[in-house]
Amino acid sequence: MKQAIDKLLRVAPAVGAALFAAACDLRHSAVLDPKGPIALAERDLLRDAFYVMMLVIVPVIVLTLLFAWRYRATNTRAVYTPKWAESARLDAIVWLIPALIVVAVAVLLWRSTHKLDPYREIASSTPPLEVQVVAQDWKWLFIYPEQGIATVNQLAFPNGRPVSLRITSDTVMNSFYVPQLAGQIYAMAGMQTRLQLLADQPGKFVGRNSMYSGGGFSDQHFEVVSLASADFDAWVAKAKQAPGKLDATAYTALAAKSRSNPIAFYSAIEPNMFDSIIAKYTHAHPAPGAAPRR
Amino acid sequence: MFGRLTLEALPLYSAIAAGGAAVTIGGALLVAIAITWLGAWRYLWTDWLTSVDHKRIGIMYIVLALIMLLRGFVDAIMMRAQQAMALNSGGYLPPEHFDQIFSSHGTIMIFFMAMPFMTGLINIIVPLQIGTRDVAFPFLNSLSLWLTAAGAGLVMVSLVIGKFSTAGWTGYPPYSGAEANPGVGVDYWIWAILISGVGSTLSGINFIVTILKRRAPGMTLMRMTPFTWTALCASVLMAFAFPALTVACGLLALDRLFGMHFFTNAHGGNMMNYPNLFWIWGHPEVYILILPAFGVFSEVVATFSKKRLFGYESLVYATAAIAILSFTVWLHHFFTMGSSANVNAFFGITTMIIAVPTGVKVFNWLLTMYRGRIDFHPSMMWTIGFMITFVIGGMTGVLLAIPPADFLMHNTTFLVAHFHNMIIPGVLFGYLAGYMYWFPKVFGFELDRKWGLASFWCWLIGFYLAFMPLYILGFKGMPRRMEQYNDPSWQPYLMVAAFGAFVVLLGIACMVMQLYVSVRDRRKTADITGDPWEGRTLEWATSSPPPAYNFAILPEVRDREPFLDMKERGVAYQRPAAYENIHMPRNSMVGVAMGAFAFALGFAMIWHIWWLVAACGLAMWIAMIARSSDDDSEFMVTAAEVKQTEDARYRALATRTGSRK
Repeated sequence: MKQAIDKLLRVAPAVGAALFAAACDLRHSAVLDPKGPIALAERDLLRDAFYVMMLVIVPVIVLTLLFAWRYRATNTRAVYTPKWAESARLDAIVWLIPALIVVAVAVLLWRSTHKLDPYREIASSTPPLEVQVVAQDWKWLFIYPEQGIATVNQLAFPNGRPVSLRITSDTVMNSFYVPQLAGQIYAMAGMQTRLQLLADQPGKFVGRNSMYSGGGFSDQHFEVVSLASADFDAWVAKAKQAPGKLDATAYTALAAKSRSNPIAFYSAIEPNMFDSIIAKYTHAHPAPGAAPRR
Repeated sequence: MFGRLTLEALPLYSAIAAGGAAVTIGGALLVAIAITWLGAWRYLWTDWLTSVDHKRIGIMYIVLALIMLLRGFVDAIMMRAQQAMALNSGGYLPPEHFDQIFSSHGTIMIFFMAMPFMTGLINIIVPLQIGTRDVAFPFLNSLSLWLTAAGAGLVMVSLVIGKFSTAGWTGYPPYSGAEANPGVGVDYWIWAILISGVGSTLSGINFIVTILKRRAPGMTLMRMTPFTWTALCASVLMAFAFPALTVACGLLALDRLFGMHFFTNAHGGNMMNYPNLFWIWGHPEVYILILPAFGVFSEVVATFSKKRLFGYESLVYATAAIAILSFTVWLHHFFTMGSSANVNAFFGITTMIIAVPTGVKVFNWLLTMYRGRIDFHPSMMWTIGFMITFVIGGMTGVLLAIPPADFLMHNTTFLVAHFHNMIIPGVLFGYLAGYMYWFPKVFGFELDRKWGLASFWCWLIGFYLAFMPLYILGFKGMPRRMEQYNDPSWQPYLMVAAFGAFVVLLGIACMVMQLYVSVRDRRKTADITGDPWEGRTLEWATSSPPPAYNFAILPEVRDREPFLDMKERGVAYQRPAAYENIHMPRNSMVGVAMGAFAFALGFAMIWHIWWLVAACGLAMWIAMIARSSDDDSEFMVTAAEVKQTEDARYRALATRTGSRK
C-alpha cells in the first residue's frame, strides 16, 4: 500500500502538469470561448447547469468513497446494522433532492429553449443579413440574395449585424455547425432549417459539418469570417469581380462530389436558386418546414 | 444464380481489410480444428447447440457476447489508433474502411455484445432467483439465441464477403438509402439487426411470461429480487420497443430493395420519420441494457456489504418509473432537427425527469453500503467504480438534455464520451460484476480475485484516459466519426485516448488471465455449498452448478431475501422427505436449424439471391410447422434419478460441514 502511494506521488507532478495544461487549453476551446451573444448564452447555460449538477455529483462521489472506506470489512469498529433497510425520512430525501434539482434545471431549460430557439431572429436595430446555405458533397455553398453573390466554403458577414441563415441540403443529411457563434442545426434536402448568429468582433472561426455524410466528410469544413462593415463591403466588391456566375450549369458542376474544395466566389446568381434546390425534391409542392414556422 | 455476389466481393481493396478477413477465417478454422481434435462435435451438438436448458442457453449467449466484445474492441483500438495519427494525413486507414469500422463497432457492441450478455445473465439467473425449473417457453428461448447468433454471423461474414455499412450504427437515411449507398454494406447492417431483433422481441416475451407466471410459491411481486425486477422491466421494454426498430429497418429495406420512398429525399419520402422510429426503440434500448445492470449492482451491493438492500420499494418504483419514462424522451437524440421550442423543451424536461429515479437508485446503493461490512470482491469494485463514474456521465447527460446546450455539443466527441460514460460503467461494469458474482454458481468454482481486481483497475483507469479527452475534444468542436483532421491541438488528446484504449486492452487481457488461472485452480476454489458469498437469494439455495431441474423441490418463499431467511430459520440444506418425478423440456435441433436458415435468408437478401431467399423462407416455415406439431417435447426425470443427484450433493455437503463459512 505504502509503495503504491509512493509511486503515485512520483507521477503526481506530471499528471498535475498535464491536467493544468488541459485546463488552460479548455478555456480557449471553441465551445467555452464564444464570440457572439447566441453562443455565449448557450455556453452560460451549460455552465449554470453544470454548477447546479455539482450540488449532487460531488456529494455522491465523496460519500461513495467515504462509505467504502469507513465500512470496509476489516474496520470492525464501524457500526454494523445488517437488518436496517428502511427509513421513510431518508426515502423522502432521496426522492426530493434529485426532484428539486430537476425542477430548477427544468425552469432554466424551458426559458432558455424558447429564448434561444434557432428560428427566432436576433433583436437588433439593423435588419439581419440573409444568407442561404446549401450542404453538398462535401462542401458548403453560401448564397447572398441581397448582394447577388455566392461563395463556396467561406461565410463572411459584418460584425455586429445579425445573420439569418436558411439552410438546406442537396445531398444526404448534414449538420451546419459553428461552435463559437451559433451551435448547429441539421441541413436536409427538400426542407429548410434556420439558424441565427451574430459576431461581436471581427474574427475568423471554423465551421463544420458535424453529421457524418460519406468519404469527404472529414474535410468538409468552412471558414467563417466576421468583418468590420467597410471590410465586408470590400469583400462583396471583390466577390463581384469573380469570373464565375452561379447559373444552372455552374451549379450542377459544383454539386458533383468533390473533396477539400478551395474557397471560391460567384459574382452573380440566378434568382430563386435556393428555392429551386429545395423544390427539386418536392416537385414544386411546398416543402415541409419551408414555410416560415411563425 | 448468385445475385450480385461475384469474386469482387472479396476484401482485396486494402491490406488491412484482407488481413481482417484472414483473421476471421483463420479463427473459425482454428476453432473447428480444435473441436475436431477433441472429438467434441457430438457433445457440442447434443449437450449445447440443441439444448433448451436456460442455463446452457445463457452460457452460450455470454460466450457469444465475449467473442463479439473482442471483435468490437479490435474495432475500437483501430479507430483510436487511426485518430491518434491522422493529423493532416490519411493515417493508416482509408475513409471507406474507417467508416465501416465505426459502424461495426457500434452495431456489434450494442446488438451483439451488450444484448446477448444481458440476455445471457437473465437467462441463467432469473429462473433460479424466482425458484422455477425453466423459462416459460424453453424452445422459443433456443430460437431467440440462434436468431441472435445468425445476426452476429452476418456481421462477421461481412468482414470476408463484401463490405459492412458505413452509415454508423444508427444508419440514418438518406445516407443509408440506395441512392447514396447502393452496395451491400447497409444491407448487412439491416439484416443483421432485423434477424437478431426478432430474437430479442421473443426473448422479451419469454421473460415477461416466465417472471409473471413461473414464480415459486410465496414469491409475490414485492418479494422478487431487484435483478428479477429489472429483468421484468427490461423485458417489457424489449417486447414494446424492438418492434419499432424492426419496422424502421424493414421500411429502410423496402426503400433499398424495391425503390420505395419512406425515407428518401424526393418522391414524398421523409427522412425525419426514420430517426423518430429508430430512437423510439433506441432510447428504451439504453434502459433495456442498463436496468438489468442496475439489478446486478443492487444484488452485489447488498451481498458484499453484508446488509439488506436499502429502500427496496423505492428501488422497485424507480425501476418501473424509468421503464415508463424511457418511452417519452426519444426526441432528445435530435434536438437539432428543427423542432419548435415547445417540442424541444418538452423532451428536454422529460429527459431530465428520468434523472430523478436514477438518482434515487444511486442513493439507495449508497445507503446500502452505509453501516455495512464491505468486502471488496471484484464485483463490489465494479459497483463502486460504476457509482463514481456513472454520476459523471449522468451529469453530462443532463447538460445534453438542455436543447440550446445540445446545439453546441451534439454530434461532437462530447456526445461520444457521454454515451460511453453511461454504457461502459453503467452497462458493461454491471455485466462484468454479474459475471464475476455468478460465475461460481454456473461453473462450480470461483474466479480468481487478484486478476479480477487487476482487470477492474485497468478498465477503470483506461476508461478515464480514453474518454475524458473526448469530452475536452467536444468542447473544442471536434465532430465524431472523423477519419482525419487538420487541427493540431486535437492530437495530444487523441493520443491520450488511444493510450487509454490500450489500458482497457490490458484489462481485457487480465480477464482472459483470470479465466485461465481460475480454471487451472478450479479444485482449490470449488464451490461445494452452492453459496460462496453468504448469499441472500434463491439462486444460492441450490448446488453449483445447479442440476438441470434447478430445484429438486420447489422452494417456499417467505421473505424478500428467501435464502437468508431459510438459513436463519435453519431450514436451508434440509433434506426433503421424498422426491417426485420432474418433467423437463427435451432438446431440439429446430432452434439451431431455424437460426441457420435465418442466416442464409439474410445472406441471400443482402446479395439478391432470390431462389435462396424463397428456399430458406420455406424451410423456416416447414421447421416451424414441424415443431408445432411435435407433441413429444418433454421427458421425465424420475424421482429415483433426482434422489441420486441430490444424495450426491448432500454427501459432498457433509464433507464440508464444520468447515463451512
